[in-house]
Amino acid sequence: MSDALLEVRNLVKHFPIKSGILFDREVARVQAVDDVSLTVNKGETLGLVGESGCGKSTLCRTILQLIEPTSGSVRFEGEEIAGLSAKRLRPLRRQIQMIFQDPYASLNPRKRIGQIVGDPMSLHGIADGADQRRQVNELLERVGLSAEHYNRFPHEFSGGQRQRIGIARALALQPKLIVADEPVSALDVSIQAQIINLLDDLQKEFGLTYIFVAHDLGVVRHVSDRIAVMYLGKIVETAPSEQLYEAPVHPYTEALLSAVPIPDPRENASRRHVPVEGDVPSPIDPPPACRFHTRCPHATEVCHLEEPPLADYGRGRLAACHHPRNVTPEEVEGATVAPESPASASDRLPHPQEATV
Amino acid sequence: MSDGPLLRVEDLRVDFTTEEGVLHAVDGVSFGLDRGERLAVVGESGSGKSVTAMTLMGLTRSPNASISGRAHLGDTELISAGDEDLRRVRGKEIAMIFQDPMSSLNPVYRVGDQIIEQIRAHRDVAEEEARERTIELLDAVGIPSPAERARAYPHEFSGGMRQRAMIAMALSLEPEVLIADEPTTALDVTIQAQIIDLLQDLNRQFGLSIILITHDLGVVAEIAERVLVMYGGRVVEEGSLEQIFYDPQHPYTWGLLGSLTRLDRDRPERLSQIPGIPPSLISPPQGCHFRPRCPHEFEKCPEVPPLESRSGEPGQCDRCWLDPEEKRRRRMVDGRIGLAAAEEAAAG
Repeated sequence: MSDALLEVRNLVKHFPIKSGILFDREVARVQAVDDVSLTVNKGETLGLVGESGCGKSTLCRTILQLIEPTSGSVRFEGEEIAGLSAKRLRPLRRQIQMIFQDPYASLNPRKRIGQIVGDPMSLHGIADGADQRRQVNELLERVGLSAEHYNRFPHEFSGGQRQRIGIARALALQPKLIVADEPVSALDVSIQAQIINLLDDLQKEFGLTYIFVAHDLGVVRHVSDRIAVMYLGKIVETAPSEQLYEAPVHPYTEALLSAVPIPDPRENASRRHVPVEGDVPSPIDPPPACRFHTRCPHATEVCHLEEPPLADYGRGRLAACHHPRNVTPEEVEGATVAPESPASASDRLPHPQEATV
Repeated sequence: MSDGPLLRVEDLRVDFTTEEGVLHAVDGVSFGLDRGERLAVVGESGSGKSVTAMTLMGLTRSPNASISGRAHLGDTELISAGDEDLRRVRGKEIAMIFQDPMSSLNPVYRVGDQIIEQIRAHRDVAEEEARERTIELLDAVGIPSPAERARAYPHEFSGGMRQRAMIAMALSLEPEVLIADEPTTALDVTIQAQIIDLLQDLNRQFGLSIILITHDLGVVAEIAERVLVMYGGRVVEEGSLEQIFYDPQHPYTWGLLGSLTRLDRDRPERLSQIPGIPPSLISPPQGCHFRPRCPHEFEKCPEVPPLESRSGEPGQCDRCWLDPEEKRRRRMVDGRIGLAAAEEAAAG
């Protein structure tokens, strides 16, 4: 596609676990991100959801080249950035910024707000002196703080205000893509809504593209155009936001959605629960074939034997499952293996009678 | 029960002396808990919900704390009880589980041994008997192969398993009241659903009374029968589950309900938000603590509204001076409950 801003192909990040007395040897690998492909288009928000340990944060950091990928490709505006030297990455860093989860740990406690937001401008030669100060003040006001905060320190601010500072810092370099890793999960409910609305406004104003990571499915649905669901290092489903919530194709997505308690007692009582048993298996030794088969209520023999490919069911819905949910037999008939499918997956597409509507 | 509620808290106040001044963490909290009841306490950080619970357990006693008020649990008054008396009650009549199960378990002792130790500290039983009881408990909270898992260390457990182990430990002396302080906040949603089911089962099977402290209204809707909403150290609203969700009286509750991202509704263009930030507990606003953030403030608000029944519905109390009819009119925005005026301001 021509309007793709970021293209990730077959990205892998394995962390070796080493042990030994004199010579470290690799005894195992944490398969944090395992053959992930995704595309982010200009101006859209891609939500990334999954439980802890599913690799969503590692994926973000690998995309930003904060962690070097084990293999795979990351193209930003058509240019390969995986494996670039720090020097050659630097101009690209301007284009991709990150907002972190913990507003307490991600601001240098010894620096004033003006420095925190202004330093990136000096480093990249965007503005300095009075011009920089003017731009910083504009940014502070834009994110709901005021120019008088310029000389304050981070500890003088509440969690929500600190997150605003983090947002101002990310905006300072006028990036094209912002990766927000759980930007609201450390905040109180009433403050969450303020920050989500702010991110929304900024996206419209500056034409930003977001990758928005969160474990709160309500928040992700509110902000995202498309959502990718991760489980144990793999993307199991991608779909436009509303479709994912109305008709999840992968049983894991279905289970995840049904586990979210709805703040409405009457609707809660009438809701159908799809319980998922047990815990997420270890990413050191993930289950073979379909990684969800150990917890899946619909798993059959084939799920233990063959890794399902990411199948394209049309209307932007991709899912990796041998027993897809909420798809019609016609849609299963017409399904094709998506180009985003992992290389290790088989090319066995589900049979129409294995699907449920 | 004819003898009144199982736990009755009256005018509880907790102040902490800090370098910046006196912090009023809990400012006159009163409530009752019936036998077998599931009560949720909802509020944001700094609302005083955890301090209230910890004070009931005697965990806030320290040189810089000043505590007043009364809390009757059966025949014991928890606030004035001596440390020895409190130790007898704690665990046996009232037990508590915390948000982070990793930091509540001792990392260098086996999980089973920690539960055995607690049983033997309170009861004169042989180690073998305590061990059998421990395995029974671990089984009851849904830990697979409990006899083996009892010999494991906390780091060998997943987050959900640790929380189950904490619940088993809390139940080991068969308390009547279980205080659960954000028991699912650190857990993933699928595990959260499992823990919620477990708490429900314990309540149904053993008649365990539960005080659930949380910020998550979704969890409240799943578990609670009655709800207290706290803000700035005070209870601002109390009511049944239905009353809180479908007939909320306090503007803060409207704001909370309005700012949720809900999976079961069409997504709104914008989230309705509560403006401003929570109050300082060192120099709180005069009168109603929500006043500076409330779009419905009027001349009566600088006076503290008492927590009393205003709507005429039984069991419903709140701290807001507005007329109940006026409240019902103002809280509706496009058919949803929210902070009406704030929404208009945001749009305009």
